[in-house]
Amino acid sequence: MSAIRAVFWKEVIDNFRDRRTLMSALIMGPIFGPVLFAFVINLSVKQSLSDASVETAVPVIGREFAPNLLRFLASENIVATEGPASRAEAIEAVKSGENDLVLVIPDDFGDDIAASIPATIEVVSDQANTQAERESRRILRALRTYNQQIASMRLVARGISPGVMRPLNIDTVDVSTPSGRSAILLGMLSYFFLFALLTGGMNLAIDATAGERERGSLEPLLCLPVVRDHLIYGKILATCVFMAISLSLSLMTFFFVLRFLPLQELGMTPNFGAPQAVIAFLLLLPFALLGASLMTLVASFTRSYKEAQTWVSVVLLAPTLPILVVSILMVRSTTELMLVPSLSQHLLLVGLIKNEPLNFLDIATSVSSTLFLGALCALLCARLYRREGLLG
Amino acid sequence: MIVVDELHKSFGAVKAVSGVSFEATDGKVTGLLGPNGAGKSTTLRMLYTVLKPDAGHASIDGVDVVEKGLEARQRIGTLPHGAGLYPHLTARENIAYYARLYGMGASSIDGKVQKVIEQLDIADFAERRTKGFSQGQRTKVALARALVHEPQNIILDEPSNGLDVMATRSLRELIRGLKAAGKCVLFSSHVMQEVAALCDEIVIIAGGRVAMQDTADGIRQATGCDDLEEAFVRAIEPLDVDTGPS
Repeated sequence: MSAIRAVFWKEVIDNFRDRRTLMSALIMGPIFGPVLFAFVINLSVKQSLSDASVETAVPVIGREFAPNLLRFLASENIVATEGPASRAEAIEAVKSGENDLVLVIPDDFGDDIAASIPATIEVVSDQANTQAERESRRILRALRTYNQQIASMRLVARGISPGVMRPLNIDTVDVSTPSGRSAILLGMLSYFFLFALLTGGMNLAIDATAGERERGSLEPLLCLPVVRDHLIYGKILATCVFMAISLSLSLMTFFFVLRFLPLQELGMTPNFGAPQAVIAFLLLLPFALLGASLMTLVASFTRSYKEAQTWVSVVLLAPTLPILVVSILMVRSTTELMLVPSLSQHLLLVGLIKNEPLNFLDIATSVSSTLFLGALCALLCARLYRREGLLG
Repeated sequence: MIVVDELHKSFGAVKAVSGVSFEATDGKVTGLLGPNGAGKSTTLRMLYTVLKPDAGHASIDGVDVVEKGLEARQRIGTLPHGAGLYPHLTARENIAYYARLYGMGASSIDGKVQKVIEQLDIADFAERRTKGFSQGQRTKVALARALVHEPQNIILDEPSNGLDVMATRSLRELIRGLKAAGKCVLFSSHVMQEVAALCDEIVIIAGGRVAMQDTADGIRQATGCDDLEEAFVRAIEPLDVDTGPS
């Protein structure tokens, strides 16, 4: 026991002294991740909110041929401006990116409308340009509404109820709650957190195994009158501590960053206050043992520090797999799924953010199965350390 | 007291050690001399229980290294080949870490560490992190941590490797001091002069076998050579020299 403690403290101090690697581990994963996440979300929210309420100017060729249409568009906050001289020039302007989109109204537009002949109107845009794509969608929507209005008026003029054009009245009833909607967006956070957790202990896991061998400090260590299992348990425990630090940093950063996200404007109210952050920490914590043992196990097999880094990076990606599969298949959370580490943490976290009541059976299953697999990996590591081939 | 009896060890098809026997007694310095790849390191590694012999026995103070590895290790201080330190810990912390792992009581650690720091003349750089230490400083710290629990038996694998003249001298002083204190010192080397200068007993190993075990004078007589280097070459000649890794 005292050997485990000695190894544990030595590894913790050693890792804290290695400022540069520590900084990169504790800043890159836990802090950079949520901040980047917030930045991206902020940007996309701003983009999608730029619709309807904001006035937009659209260059139009042949404004004089459709005054009614332009008046309608103006009421939709779309203002027609002077367009290029001709259709060919309009196409060129859109191609070159000078204009996002140009509306082309041919000179017989008015006559066709009056004669009830389908009147052609062209929207010139570049579908590969996402900014223009949103603009064109908005114009098209407005045009469709205008189309409907004229059609209805024509039917009324002929003594027919416009209702005949609408055999179906489709209405969707959205039962999602604001916190439920936020889970779609915040669901991927569970991976952020697991990633942060793993990066926090990665260096230590490698340093304590492959690094120690490469430095030549492993052999004298093995000459000591210490049970080898205890050496490896001390190292795994120290790795767990750094993973926990990294996880808590990541949760705190996210908790803080969330205040600055305009999620309410998307109709989302994430259920992530201080108590939820603490619960999330406790739900994710068992994964530290599994992550630490798994990384130590993988690093123990490798011949050098560099090789260890390559393989341990694979472990960083491993937790994505079950999360990815489940989000593609849209699987509902069940108790059986709680047996799968990383997936169970993901589902529990999503449930937490959705403000669903905590299911204690699920939590117990998740925690015990993750801890069990972690302990199994730790035992395997100890096994590996007993081999004499360990010294390479 | 270290007793080695018919040790065998192979790595795959390569026979690194095939039937090595010798004794290293208390109060004497025993040198394991042999060319590169002779099986010196493999033999020592079996003694400090990092490798398990395929056949044969070895004991430290009568404690079998295979059956009671933990107890055997408690009785030795080891300086393996190219022993590395922890660069982020100071020299003192490196030594204290080993002291804790030797299971020394918390109350006695500080005193013992201080004692070995003085004994090895480390005090000047004891509080510095070992990153950037010279080879000589490094070897001293590695030796200090091997000696901090005051073992009766000391095993050094090519301790003078990479040391300059002054560092080699102070290493010799130290080994003589250990001998005077009645310790059993076993060390390996491929440098003839060093072994001749220090050792009471010389065990010449070549091709995984013991070619000769005697005092320096005994070896000179047996081979009929006055020059010890010549005697060494003569002694290992009959044996296949280039087998196995070092």
